[in-house]
Amino acid sequence: MTETLFEKIWNSHIVVERENEPSLIYIDRHLIHEVTSPQAFDGLRVNQRNVRRPDLTVATIDHNVPTTDRSLPMIDETSSTQIQTLEKNCKDFGIKLFGINDPNQGIVHVIGPQLGITLPGSTIVCGDSHTSTQGAFGAFAFGIGTSEVEHTLATQTLWLEKPKTFEILATGKRKNSFAITSKDIILSIIKQIGTDGGTGHVLEYRGDAISDLSMEQRMTICNMSIEAGSRAGLIAPDEKTFDYLNNRKYTPKNYDELVDDWKNNLMSDPNSKFDKSFIIDVDKIEPQVSWGTNPAMVSDVTGKIPTPEEFGQNNEIQIESAKKALLYMDLKPDTAIVDIPIDRVFIGSCTNARLEDLKDAAEIVKGKTVNSDVSAMVVPGSQMVKLEAEKLGLDKIFKDANFEWRESGCSMCLGMNPDILKPGERCASTSNRNFEGRQGSGGRTHLVSPVMAAASAIAGHFVDVREWC
Amino acid sequence: MKPFTKIISIITPFDKANVDTDQIIPKQFLKLITKSGFGKFLFYDWRFNHDGQKKNDFILNDSTYQDSQILVTNENFGCGSSREHAVWALKDFGFNVIISPSFADIFYSNCFKNGVLPIILDIEKIKKLLQYTDKIELDLNSQKITFGDESINFEIDSHRKFRLLEGLDDVDLTLKEDDKIDYFEKNSSSISIFE
Repeated sequence: MTETLFEKIWNSHIVVERENEPSLIYIDRHLIHEVTSPQAFDGLRVNQRNVRRPDLTVATIDHNVPTTDRSLPMIDETSSTQIQTLEKNCKDFGIKLFGINDPNQGIVHVIGPQLGITLPGSTIVCGDSHTSTQGAFGAFAFGIGTSEVEHTLATQTLWLEKPKTFEILATGKRKNSFAITSKDIILSIIKQIGTDGGTGHVLEYRGDAISDLSMEQRMTICNMSIEAGSRAGLIAPDEKTFDYLNNRKYTPKNYDELVDDWKNNLMSDPNSKFDKSFIIDVDKIEPQVSWGTNPAMVSDVTGKIPTPEEFGQNNEIQIESAKKALLYMDLKPDTAIVDIPIDRVFIGSCTNARLEDLKDAAEIVKGKTVNSDVSAMVVPGSQMVKLEAEKLGLDKIFKDANFEWRESGCSMCLGMNPDILKPGERCASTSNRNFEGRQGSGGRTHLVSPVMAAASAIAGHFVDVREWC
Repeated sequence: MKPFTKIISIITPFDKANVDTDQIIPKQFLKLITKSGFGKFLFYDWRFNHDGQKKNDFILNDSTYQDSQILVTNENFGCGSSREHAVWALKDFGFNVIISPSFADIFYSNCFKNGVLPIILDIEKIKKLLQYTDKIELDLNSQKITFGDESINFEIDSHRKFRLLEGLDDVDLTLKEDDKIDYFEKNSSSISIFE
């Protein structure tokens, strides 16, 4: 019988399976951060339970951390309390923490792969929906709620109903592989399958256009699987995957042996059956810009803001959503995307703040200056990314162009720290969600790639970045 | 967790699609380290103006619905972030049941862990419910919603239903399978991070 990659991973992690019941699935890696874990540790204490496998668990601090000078005391007391709570919980339960001043600190989905903690064929969970990022390594990686964090801490397992499988076949070749990025591919996919197109399914991205991508570009795609409603997205590992994970801080000692095994097993069998399929030809993809308040409300950069009717196509609910979105975004139908002026630029987040993202953005910015009406910032995805970027002199390029160069963290992707938009401000952002108020109450988010964000910062409005390179 | 019992309540008609967890509980309220007290922040940006005054035209500010335990809403409810705080806020505000044509996966799962019942009904039935202003009766045991002379049956996974009705703690149940977890660990290749 043929099996998909997902089914192979699932089957090799079943602890308990009974007819018509969820299965108990073993978890190989549990990543923790400060926001969704305090109540889970409380639960352990109340019930006098321990962490079953501290050696499969790591923690970092990313959501709340200030991205400014960390030698100064934190202004926000509640954030500070939450961080101290994680520090205490990790100490009490024997969990390795990459704390606020640790050189390995960073956004949890950036440091997992960077440290070689993320492994192909494994099951990975974290109390954060963008855990799907790590599916780029051929892992079943998915976000969980706090109750499930507690359950994983106590038992190293989760009760799960087996998700269905959804093949996303990406064919063709991007016309300009610098200006048209993996961000544009995933935004284009979500635009077409919708924000709930993948609900109940694990996406497997396949095809030449996926193999062609670097590991960091693949992570951007898997990261946004959740924006299409899928708890997890994955890509079969290949030589690029094995090279990326080689010689990292926590790469397993018997790595070569593991790679041999992965090479033989971690792929969907030929002719394996998916519950759903979608084909996208990347030849036709242009740079993308979101105009609304969910990640399916996206347009080509050469396009215009659609009317609610054009967007909704006879679906009453979608038409109403688009009307409400345009009102919130203060945009009118038929406005050209390139005519939309911006106030802020954010290059950061678990979607697009790895080294390649920063290199590409710097390539655009080099020798230019941020438009005087725009305030722009770069927040590296981890302290390791920051250090590597500084070795390459990227920080100088950004600072010379009047970008702010910050410490790593989730920052303005969700604005839990002081990095937020003011009401009414419009931001070109490399993050993953353009929900109302996501980057600050009343703030307006446009999702774009790092090169688009960089070029827009210079121009003061969206531009066809293909003309810039 | 308290066992889930029969509910008799009016519904709160909340006819919105793609309601994301950032709306249900905005991020500035995720910094608490307890599970209680989130209700007052539910739908904060929709309920309050920037100066903290209540918006009179927002339905949850209408006193008609103040004792309602049932939120009836539209497709893809609870999309976005995995934050369980969204369910804690809805529960703390008084909602024990959420009825929608579809839910986001993580939100749906989070509901059951907190004694909140998410019910999936097709859009025609939702439209009917949205019109009904008297109290409805919702019985999980018989999987039936009764309003006036009409009734609607709903589907729910039997395993999840049992856990809700009994108010069972998931971890307790799993620890009964401890020998199977031990067995899996002895035979699997889970690699310690710090070998």
